[in-house]
Amino acid sequence: MGKTFAEKILAKKAGLKEVVPGQIVTVKPEHLLTHDNTSAIIGKIGADLEKYGVIDPNLSVIVLDHVVPAADEKTATNHKKVREFVKKHGIKNFFDAGEGICHQVVIEKGFAVPGTIVVGSDSHTCSYGALGVFATGIDRTESSALLLTGETWLKVPQSIKIALKGKLQPPVMAKDLVLKIIGDIKADGANYCSVEFQGDIHNLTIDDRITIANMGIEMGAKVAVFPVDDIAEKYLASIGVKKGSYEKIWADSDAHYIQKLEYDLAKLKPAVAKPHLVDNYALVSEVEGIEIHQCLLGTCTNGRLSDLEVAATILKGKKIASNVRFLVLPASRSIFSEAMKKGYIQTLVDAGAMVLPTGCGPCLGAHQGILAPGERCLSTSNRNFKGRMGCKEAEIYLASPATVAVSALYGKITDPRKIN
Amino acid sequence: MTQKNNVWRYGDDINTDMLFPGKYTYTCSTAEEIKPHLLEDLDPNFAKNVKPGDLIFAGKNFGCGSSREQPALGLKAVGIQAVVAKSYARIFYRAAINQGLLLIECPDAIDSYQEGMDVRFDLAQGSITIGDRNFSFPTLPPEILAIRDAGGLLEYTRQKLNKQSLASDL
Repeated sequence: MGKTFAEKILAKKAGLKEVVPGQIVTVKPEHLLTHDNTSAIIGKIGADLEKYGVIDPNLSVIVLDHVVPAADEKTATNHKKVREFVKKHGIKNFFDAGEGICHQVVIEKGFAVPGTIVVGSDSHTCSYGALGVFATGIDRTESSALLLTGETWLKVPQSIKIALKGKLQPPVMAKDLVLKIIGDIKADGANYCSVEFQGDIHNLTIDDRITIANMGIEMGAKVAVFPVDDIAEKYLASIGVKKGSYEKIWADSDAHYIQKLEYDLAKLKPAVAKPHLVDNYALVSEVEGIEIHQCLLGTCTNGRLSDLEVAATILKGKKIASNVRFLVLPASRSIFSEAMKKGYIQTLVDAGAMVLPTGCGPCLGAHQGILAPGERCLSTSNRNFKGRMGCKEAEIYLASPATVAVSALYGKITDPRKIN
Repeated sequence: MTQKNNVWRYGDDINTDMLFPGKYTYTCSTAEEIKPHLLEDLDPNFAKNVKPGDLIFAGKNFGCGSSREQPALGLKAVGIQAVVAKSYARIFYRAAINQGLLLIECPDAIDSYQEGMDVRFDLAQGSITIGDRNFSFPTLPPEILAIRDAGGLLEYTRQKLNKQSLASDL
């Protein structure tokens, strides 16, 4: 019997000939991502750090992104503590506020290397599965322990195979696909599992794959992963990760999956997740006309250059509806810069958008863009939980950048096919 | 042991924003800061009235969503004796182990429970008794139990580092 991606990589990293689902293995991840919560993580182990120091100054990748620039004295002090820790312990990979959203930064700076294990104190760490990384979220306490020991345990997951065929038909986007998958298998449909995508992967861009892998956690997955193909290798080379410097690990063709699903990309339609659960799937056509007060384009799910391009193309020379605030947060400084060079930012601002600093704030109700009771937001983010954007009496619908941009134009949820 | 303690009952997909709102994530980290906001958007009575020894009974996918550990840390700190649910989201499950919070996965127990029934556990055997019905639940592997039994991951890690450092001093 062949092995899944998860079984292969965990066997290799644990130094074992083979592993089976359910087995507990000890691994040393190549990297540990932490963000603003680094302050709390180091706060738990102050005396231990004095005594033992960090196990490896290259293990950590620290990115300040969740409340940037600082919202108040408390968050400013947290950031300051992180900068002091970085200096004192010689942490090699630190990216201060303004560099970007942690998951985008990890990918752009070349820390998401195929065939490695990356853990992070953020649930959307699973994004790096787009590049064949075994990447998964952990909590703060485990991050504290990792700083000291460099190792942790993982249970070998069972695996689900999702075969993709055909090609997305614009304005349908990768977001519509992943919302459909979550709607089908539900928020716990892949609990504890490795979700392994196969099939016509070559029809998906790296941005598409990141959007899909990013939302693996919203179906409960431990990892959501794509094979490393020519497109991935070309992307990695473009950011300085050379071919041959990493191992391409992938599932055997006769690997055992507990569930197999297949999606025809050409048949998908624009979709939303209705309040207050990500698996509350509906077609845009079923919810068209619902009034919205805020639109959000950005986050680790959909703040990349291709997402800004889609929105700018739709909004070129137009004005958004007067009842809508349109927030735009590019996912990183480099995306922001590139979007300026290409004129996308100019287009979005002229259309009436407010461009915010690159970061996470509004998505989790931590900073800026908070909703009022009775308001409704249409967002490209990944969670629509009650209270998520700072107000439990507000509603959040999730959708693709195309749906959000078209809806901003009309001030109500609108099918993006309307203007194609 | 016989539990006459209060049971807090909730449904499916109780996510981390309901257990502890995201807006407090970067301003509340200690047990004392977390406690008043526990389950704030789900059940405003919880933080006011929860008592040590209380139990939480919930449906499937308890703890889904964010990796924030405040729910597990907070529930342990207010003295929740155990969460019993039909299933758990994985990051919350790990967080509970790391905080030394007892989780029991047992769908049949949840379906059988009615208000006022006695609840008893036998952790060594992996069984839970609801009224007069007995159900088994999967126990944790020994290497994971060792973390929980040490009082959580940081205590476990400190014991390990201390042993290593003593050994290297010899």
